[in-house]
Amino acid sequence: MEYVNPEGIREDGRRPLEMRHLHAEIGTVARADGSAVFEMGNTKVIAAVYGPREVQNRSQQLNDQALVRCEYSMPNFSTGDRMRKPKGDRRSTEISLVIRQTMEACILTHLMPRSQIDIFVQVLSADGGTRSACINAATLALADAGIPMRDLVTSCSAGYLNSTPLLDLSYFEDSAGGPDVTVGILPKLDKVTLLQMDARLPIDIFENVVQLATEGCKAVANYIHEVLLENTKQLEYRRGL
Amino acid sequence: MLQNKSFVRKTRQGRVVKVVREHYLRDDIYCGASFCKVCVTSAAKLTPSDSAILVVDTNVVLNQAIPIPTHPRFTLGHIDLLENPGIDGVVLLSVVLDEVKNKNLAVYNRIRALCSNALRKFFVFSNEHHKETYVKAMAGESPNDRNDRAIRVAAQWYQNHLGSTTRVVLITNDRENKRKAIEEGIAAETVDSYVKSLGQPALLDLLVHPPSEDASMMEVEDLRPSKKKVIYTEHKPMSEITSGLHRGIYHQGKLRVNRYNPFEAYVGSESIGDEIIVYGRGNMNRAFDGDIVAVELLPQDQWHTEKSMTIADEDDDEEEDVHLAPGSADDAPRVTNLVPGSGRGVSSVSSRPSGHVVGIIKRNWHSYCGSLEPMPLPAGNGGVAHALFVSKDRRIPKVRIKTRQLGNLLDKRIVVAVDSWDCLSRYPSGHYVRTIGDIGDRDTESEVVLIDNDIDTRPFSAQVLSCLPPLPWSVSSEDLANPIRQDLRHLTVFSVDPPGCKDIDDALHCTALPGGNFEVGVHIADVTNFVHPGTPLDDEATQRGTSVYLVERRIDMLPKPLTEDICSLRADIERLAFSVIWEMTPEAEIISTRYTKSVIKSSAALSYVEAQARMDDSRMTDQVTKDLRNMNKLAKIMRQRRIDRGALTLASAEVKFQIDTETHDPLDIGMYQIREANQMVEEFMLAANISVAEKILNHFPPCSLLRRHPSPTKEMLEPLLRTTAALGLSLDLSSSKALADSLDRAVGDDPYFNKLIRILATRCMSQAVYFCSGDLSPPEFYHYGLAAPLYTHFTSPIRRYADVIVHRLLAASLGIYKLPNIFQDRPQLTSIADNLNYRHRNAQMASRASVELHTIIYFRKRPTDTEGRIVKMRSNGFIVFVPKYGIEGPVYLTLRGEKGGGEWVVDEQQQKVRKIDGSVSYSVLQTVRIHMEVVEPQPNRPKLQLTLL
Repeated sequence: MEYVNPEGIREDGRRPLEMRHLHAEIGTVARADGSAVFEMGNTKVIAAVYGPREVQNRSQQLNDQALVRCEYSMPNFSTGDRMRKPKGDRRSTEISLVIRQTMEACILTHLMPRSQIDIFVQVLSADGGTRSACINAATLALADAGIPMRDLVTSCSAGYLNSTPLLDLSYFEDSAGGPDVTVGILPKLDKVTLLQMDARLPIDIFENVVQLATEGCKAVANYIHEVLLENTKQLEYRRGL
Repeated sequence: MLQNKSFVRKTRQGRVVKVVREHYLRDDIYCGASFCKVCVTSAAKLTPSDSAILVVDTNVVLNQAIPIPTHPRFTLGHIDLLENPGIDGVVLLSVVLDEVKNKNLAVYNRIRALCSNALRKFFVFSNEHHKETYVKAMAGESPNDRNDRAIRVAAQWYQNHLGSTTRVVLITNDRENKRKAIEEGIAAETVDSYVKSLGQPALLDLLVHPPSEDASMMEVEDLRPSKKKVIYTEHKPMSEITSGLHRGIYHQGKLRVNRYNPFEAYVGSESIGDEIIVYGRGNMNRAFDGDIVAVELLPQDQWHTEKSMTIADEDDDEEEDVHLAPGSADDAPRVTNLVPGSGRGVSSVSSRPSGHVVGIIKRNWHSYCGSLEPMPLPAGNGGVAHALFVSKDRRIPKVRIKTRQLGNLLDKRIVVAVDSWDCLSRYPSGHYVRTIGDIGDRDTESEVVLIDNDIDTRPFSAQVLSCLPPLPWSVSSEDLANPIRQDLRHLTVFSVDPPGCKDIDDALHCTALPGGNFEVGVHIADVTNFVHPGTPLDDEATQRGTSVYLVERRIDMLPKPLTEDICSLRADIERLAFSVIWEMTPEAEIISTRYTKSVIKSSAALSYVEAQARMDDSRMTDQVTKDLRNMNKLAKIMRQRRIDRGALTLASAEVKFQIDTETHDPLDIGMYQIREANQMVEEFMLAANISVAEKILNHFPPCSLLRRHPSPTKEMLEPLLRTTAALGLSLDLSSSKALADSLDRAVGDDPYFNKLIRILATRCMSQAVYFCSGDLSPPEFYHYGLAAPLYTHFTSPIRRYADVIVHRLLAASLGIYKLPNIFQDRPQLTSIADNLNYRHRNAQMASRASVELHTIIYFRKRPTDTEGRIVKMRSNGFIVFVPKYGIEGPVYLTLRGEKGGGEWVVDEQQQKVRKIDGSVSYSVLQTVRIHMEVVEPQPNRPKLQLTLL
């Protein structure tokens, strides 16, 4: 298959180093403490954050830090074929865990002992890169909820097809079966908090692909910053400051 | 700008899914004209010197696509025309490329090659992603109409973008599209009218002619009333074929035409697990060799009669030519009896299913080499003439072409492409592509041989040559200091090759160790030190696969500096090598094996004759000669052990030419003589290959490249059995060992008898093939001929790409280099192995064809009387094999035309042909004296004829 044609254009019209169109909105769920919708192209994810609040199940309470819980779900309508998937399948359990661990790494949990933070992430529309979109949406929702964090985690994926590193794979490219590297970073601290790949790549190419994904994360971080800044300005304006 | 593309698709499980994909529109796609003031012109290919910028429609590019009756878009194309340098300054729209890709991948690859060719001005414009030329399908608009509109919009954009000073022409064969374009103010022309306006008659011949025109032309031309009737049955529509295949009425498979009898073809069908025989052109129903066809079985009672009927029906004069004796089962004629109604009882052939073609699923049409059938020149020269083209490949039927340069083409070898085959027409119609040269000219005929076998003879491109190390090259101090490389310059290394060999890729050494053992080394040119994976040089070598040896020239796999100098292990020059070193007991038992990269200095480059002379001359006592004798001793033991294990000693009738250095004409011809020295070198190469195969398979079980030789099946050995049974010999086929022993016992009353039996046996074997070890299970790795459980090719990396791959595997297993990426991709490795098999086979066919060609050139001036052996019986004669020249051909007892005169009777059981009154009889393997002479039954068609003395 030709995923990048000789003119250097991908199937959807992007060049190899280009991301899809990004769009984010903050405060989309009224009841939640913080919420956001994040779109990367046709991938659309909604995240809602509740907390910090009292721990529901006392036995899980941690005395030195906050308990972070995450629930990821991907409803049947999010993909083209409306296949009924059982709740709590392996894939969503795994992604829940990935998101929880990534977010835990940046939340200052020691400031909120004996409390609980719930993150709910739901994929409204899936078109590749759902993992990254979920992390980005969760970051925005956490920021919206005003939960103290070390830095904003941002995530982006990159792949390697037709001997070319490609940024931000769409579902079509993802289903080619090539390597798909998802990277999550703390952009200000320049630290990697998430790195996943379930294929084999020679080490030198792998480095290039990770580098590319990291660049993608930084671009996402810039965008998230803008959105947050805009949101803050709106809040200021509404308060009449 | 963002657009969403959404469409509905059916999944494999039969569910209907709505697919939505993003579609980004860009503003950084440039027009590709170097004189454009707005766009970035770094990648521009179009220059103002072109008379016009041509925007082509899909139907112009596509060749012989599946005609869709409801829409004229995909009818016939002109890829050959576009490939002609007379056409330039072409814009290919991405919408056109996508359509071509979906319809015909081969044409797509050709057009892509044109686009990437720096010499041609073909520019790809991604109109589908350009902001201003993207076209959204309107409600109720068919995809074809939408694409037509997209092409017109893009042409319009070009005209507006480049301004009125540049002429932009839309070339389309679709009348509707042309009409609409002109309405919208775009200059549009059909291919015909455009090419005519260029005024180059040579280009006009390249045009494809629509089938309707062809049919009418035929009726005018052929006055015989029988021609008007439908000759072939209509192909069934695709839907019916698919349902037929489902229900098991039809069988799908690739049609293979018998190389020796074009009226007989086989379809290997998986659904019935056997080959279906298709007799006669009528039953083949316009299918070509290599087409994927759907076949319907004939009723069982017609399985036999059908055959005799159709052969009598055909009026083409096809007869067997003299040709080179085949080397293996793959190129030997099938077991069939051409004779109608000959007295065969229940034979194995008649019980095989026969069928007829009902439809063609995928065409395998490409271009063919050949010449025009001789015909008188039409009165008015320069007009359009119709001619019949006869392919050199006998499997291809004659092709009807239209030409305006008949006078020029009659005595030329030309290339013709097939366009269509109407059921009203006896022959397919095609068009002229190009001229190769004069018929009978040695260079032209060699060229034909190369083209027929798909061998790339183009000089290496600049990118490939830039991968070479700077010349003059010599071993540097870095190479010597490299810890992976062992310095073996102190050893007495020498090479033994055919005389005049310039690409020396193997050398040997043999030193006596203090304990009485020997250290024996095989040193192979270290090609992978210069050919790195992923470079253009490597890609080119992958494609070529092997060097091709013709009688008078060699087509290299690697550029000449590498082949003849840098890699070649020449005498008295330091060279890099990859060595396999064994310690052996005097009984030739391998005690230890060691692999290393090395630096060697060959002390002598011997020919087989020289090496043999040194060994035989007891006065010579120098180091090299002593080593040679030691090695020979070891080799003999190894050879004996191999034979005891069951390796077959097969024989082939290889011939050798002496070529005049000035004129390149053959001066003498004779059997290739095999000496002890040949066998000695061969033995060590086999041992090295086997050692390496074990090593790499051990390290990389799923991705090693090995070579296997499948055991012959009973059917394949049947002709041999029939011959030997007639001679009163019995062969044991239970294993290769049993066969080898019974071949040893088959001794007749003359010395050549045994060799002849071996030649016949060799012919029954299939060919050895490369494969990826992950694709098969270990028992299938077996090499039947060598009786070795594992085998690979390691010893000739200069001329075989398989060896280059094996070198890389071996280097990786030693930890010298890391394994290149492709080894992790099994499908790719498999496809490389398939390509190597294909190239290897083609190279062999080309060598044989070249020998055949030179045989004819040789005998043209020298009619000869010689001895031949009968190898096969026919009703009207027999096939004679001439050992001295390695050729075989038919000898007719009855003249052609009085076929089946009844004077001669064939006895299948005894393999004898007898005159009815019993006065004369000939039996198989009998020696006969024959006269060989080149005759020209038709002008420009020389052929070798054998007659009985």
